[in-house]
Amino acid sequence: MLRDIIIGQYYQTESVIHKLDPRVKLGGTLLYIISLFCFNNFIGYALAVLFLGIVIRLSHVPFKLMVRGMKAIVFLLLITAAFNLFLTPGEPIVSVWKLSITKEGVALAVTMAVRLSLLIIGSSIMTLTTTPNNLTDGMEKMMSPLKVFRIPVHEVAMMMSIALRFIPILLEETDKIMKAQIARGADFESGNIFARAKALVPLLIPLFVSAFRRANDLAMAMEARCYRGGDGRTKMKPLVYARRDVLAYVCIVGYLVVSIVAGRIALG
Amino acid sequence: MSIVFENINYIYNAGMPMERKALKNICLEIPMGQFVGLIGHTGSGKSTLIQHMNGLLKATSGALYFQGKNIYEKGYDFKSLRSKVGLVFQYPEHQLFEVDVFSDVCFGPKNLGLGQEEVEHRAKEALRLVGIEDHMFFQSPFELSGGQKRRVAIAGVLAMEPDVLILDEPTAGLDPKGRGEILDLIKQLQIKTGKTIILVSHSMEDVAEYVDRIIVMNQGGVMLDGTPREVFTHTEELEEVGLAAPEVTYILRDLKKRGLDVDTGAITIPEAAEAIAEALCCEIL
Repeated sequence: MLRDIIIGQYYQTESVIHKLDPRVKLGGTLLYIISLFCFNNFIGYALAVLFLGIVIRLSHVPFKLMVRGMKAIVFLLLITAAFNLFLTPGEPIVSVWKLSITKEGVALAVTMAVRLSLLIIGSSIMTLTTTPNNLTDGMEKMMSPLKVFRIPVHEVAMMMSIALRFIPILLEETDKIMKAQIARGADFESGNIFARAKALVPLLIPLFVSAFRRANDLAMAMEARCYRGGDGRTKMKPLVYARRDVLAYVCIVGYLVVSIVAGRIALG
Repeated sequence: MSIVFENINYIYNAGMPMERKALKNICLEIPMGQFVGLIGHTGSGKSTLIQHMNGLLKATSGALYFQGKNIYEKGYDFKSLRSKVGLVFQYPEHQLFEVDVFSDVCFGPKNLGLGQEEVEHRAKEALRLVGIEDHMFFQSPFELSGGQKRRVAIAGVLAMEPDVLILDEPTAGLDPKGRGEILDLIKQLQIKTGKTIILVSHSMEDVAEYVDRIIVMNQGGVMLDGTPREVFTHTEELEEVGLAAPEVTYILRDLKKRGLDVDTGAITIPEAAEAIAEALCCEIL
């Protein structure tokens, strides 16, 4: 069950997308997310799906994997859809008690669900094709102008890369702890919400203890290797833009322009 | 009254690109009361195998019978299965969570729905069985040494009074003294309670001395299955998969090669000493 969550996981394979500079992928993802909110018509969605499809194809990451990752957020999607469905004012179709489903509500629920799914899949492509180290390298470099405002960019990037690195480790640990407690008769699945929350105690305590222990070990290991923050630290593989990165930027910006224009046409 | 594996297959991430066959057509029978050593390299499938025995993992195909009943049949009561087949995982840190040792051991029997008195009685019994003294009952489990934590973890499962006790690498990360103590404890348990015990390990030495039967796993399949003596006659095969027979077996073989007529079947140090003494006596005579 827990293994299905793919946010923050990296999928090892050879592809153009994998080879891109992490800054391109970060910027591209950001632009893609922006583009999702720039249109409100069918052509826009078709374009967004098409663009995503091409990127997925190029990335050589199996689509199945992403669908599986979506399962984890189905609940979130359903809640959002339900809220939109019932709480959007407009022309009512069906009324149940004080709640009514409106025409606008249906439209909003569907478009929001599609947008959210595209958003999640779009950003999971970034993490699936970029190693956490690479990703935070990219972030550090992109945010380095902020140093002027005394923002500890390197430290923030380091914290993020550690956090990302620990997601799969802690997930695996959770899985193991869960099994160990189930073997002792623990029941995580039945009972009301209070019983379930209480049932989590035997899971959370060992998990926290282990997370703190790991953090401590890591801090020791970093100190032992003379880590002392970002000042004067050099990179083994400095990020340099290649031709394909420029090309990728052009494609993304091109896509953004087209989708904005498509949105305008329909509105106008 | 036994555990029977019938053509069990298990595939991790079935239908995914990371698909991996962890168990291939396992057929095994483990009768009650036997002390079994399950040996194999990391990734050989031994941990996957034991997680099938109490239903934590469900086989992709095949059938598993516990006391004559197929556990994959609809409506099978997994809760009662888990109270009869106790599984102690490798790291005690993964299960200790209570404020003190005693309440932690109470967790298992409490989950079985027993009364307070019975729960406490069982917890005390289990803790004494594993050699945790009364004055430690109310210490935090996190203050204990590695060996003590492991004992408490074992007690946590024993308190549920399972018929089968499975221990996943109970000696990993312990010093030689702690290792010997835990293994002796397990042997004592088996003698005292007559439980079926399945000991998972990758150290032949650990297992050879104690168990009635050794099952060697390799790449998801059962490679060898027999008494320690039988298994250790296959030294070359064991070495091929990165395992080894106990060191004394090698010494005896070397002696034989150099002309001493010694019985090379010995697998423990006392047995080997006897064999060598015997051979030397014969030589002198």
